Amino acid sequence: MPLTLLRYGLRPRHVSFRDIPPTPELKRGYDVVIIGGGGHGLAAAYYLGKAHGIRNVAVLEKGYLAGGNTARNTTTIRSNYLTEESIRFYKEGVGLFATMSDDLGFNIMFSQRGQLTLAHSEGALRSFHLRAEMGKHMGTRTEVVDAKTVRDLCPHVNLDLGGLHEVTGGLWHADGGTARHDAVAWGYAKRAAELGVEIHQRTEVTGFRKAGDRVTHVVTGRGEIAAGQVLQAVGGLNGQVAEMAGFRLPIRCFPLQAMVTQPLKPFLDILLSSADLHTYLVQSSRGEIVIGGGSDPYQLASTRSTLDQKEHLAEGALHLFPFLHQVKLLRQWTGITDMTPDYSPIMGASPLQNYWLDCGWGTWGFKATPVAGKRMAEAVATGRVPDLLRPFDLRRFDRFALVNEMGATAASH
Amino acid sequence: MKLLTCPINGPRNITEFQYLGPVRGASAERAGELVEALFYHENPLGPLKEWWRHTPSNTVFIAERHTVSDEILATWLPNRRPD
Ligand SMILES: Cc1cc2nc3c(=O)[nH]c(=O)nc-3n(C[C@H](O)[C@H](O)[C@H](O)COP(=O)(O)OP(=O)(O)OC[C@H]3O[C@@H](n4cnc5c(N)ncnc54)[C@H](O)[C@@H]3O)c2cc1C
Repeated sequence: MPLTLLRYGLRPRHVSFRDIPPTPELKRGYDVVIIGGGGHGLAAAYYLGKAHGIRNVAVLEKGYLAGGNTARNTTTIRSNYLTEESIRFYKEGVGLFATMSDDLGFNIMFSQRGQLTLAHSEGALRSFHLRAEMGKHMGTRTEVVDAKTVRDLCPHVNLDLGGLHEVTGGLWHADGGTARHDAVAWGYAKRAAELGVEIHQRTEVTGFRKAGDRVTHVVTGRGEIAAGQVLQAVGGLNGQVAEMAGFRLPIRCFPLQAMVTQPLKPFLDILLSSADLHTYLVQSSRGEIVIGGGSDPYQLASTRSTLDQKEHLAEGALHLFPFLHQVKLLRQWTGITDMTPDYSPIMGASPLQNYWLDCGWGTWGFKATPVAGKRMAEAVATGRVPDLLRPFDLRRFDRFALVNEMGATAASH
Repeated sequence: MKLLTCPINGPRNITEFQYLGPVRGASAERAGELVEALFYHENPLGPLKEWWRHTPSNTVFIAERHTVSDEILATWLPNRRPD
């Protein structure tokens, strides 16, 4: 990679190139139609072409590429979940991030700087012990640390000794990190397109034609196309698109908000989160402080923001770093998240024969972009759902076999 | 500040209210509807009837709200739906 760059830089005349080809005409049909051009859909497209030689594939995106939650997330990558099923899955995801820049030849700026979640109570510490033990058992780097280690890891944090939110310790996850969200999507899109996958932007799916329990055609704003297999990965609108296909999902839409400050000198070189304050912070490579937290209090399918939620995020951030009190906010935004009852995704088969689900990613799915793409491609290509994904089957709700990750998800995503 | 009209106390800041979720079509007491009642909540793009509680006065009531525009269309006490 660096050598190629050097050679390119030294070349007297630069040939311009574009990473993502312009949207082509729709063909009459495709072996696989992927609905949703976010990170998940694009990763699946890449792996279908790369690992399974399936290249007659169309990705249909109603807006612009990766403009949904892939563009809006705060890029926390981690595997410190609670259940065995989740840790095994997310651990594979973290591993794929570590090699992604090399695999794609596209710099996704993965930075494995570790994530620290603060405990302000004995109760929080107890639940951290459980997560640390599960993490160790599953071979991830997750441990409970005391307040002194918290200070060493994050010298500027307000420990609030004797105060309402005194820091009693934390959960240190050395495997945690961040990556550039846009680059992840563009990297997959670029390489998928090179393999022959067609990426259709501004192409909204509006319905389906079915024969029995198979989808035969996908109806779009630009015409109808025949489909061998269909993969649905539409982020916040997963419930609605499933209804178009004729079945319901256990999903509710909630807004999730975030914001960034003006750039500051580097002072925070880990990901920091507090479950009690419902706030987490990370300093981007530009120096901006990215601030995120809990979801909106009620259901909504809109990307509007609220002052209440922004003030709440600011309050948490100021509690942890009081010296931020005069820092200005640069940008703020919202995404619509598709929340499941157990804070785990829905991956695998659907009630239809040739229709696959990669949805219910709620507030936590960026970190799963590579692993979900890779494993969903495997399911679509082979017709068999990989063991890694089986616990996340839609039918788990009928069996009351939930994968409960609420406690390990709520404040950190 | 977003306002929500409590049928007893009138318009109040929405931060005074607790969201209790959609009014459910399915019943948790009928075996066949249990999974539906527990996990498959109403999630329309449009008007949604939902339970709210005005916390200071402990008034539980129903609001009809549009889930895309966030407009609150009507509020009423249970069983006292205005015509
Ligand atoms: C504020 C915020 C912070 C977050 N922070 C984190 C975090 O720190 N870590 C983490 O792991 N996750 C986080 N998430 C969650 C994460 O962003 C998502 O789970 C993930 O990006 C989902 O990717 P996706 O490709 O499935 O969906 P998306 O990126 O939303 O892509 C779906 C695409 O489908 C398209 N689409 C929808 N309907 C149609 C249709 N009918 N036809 C065609 N296309 C359609 C949309 O336009 C969209 O581009 C956060 C989310 C938000 C909102």
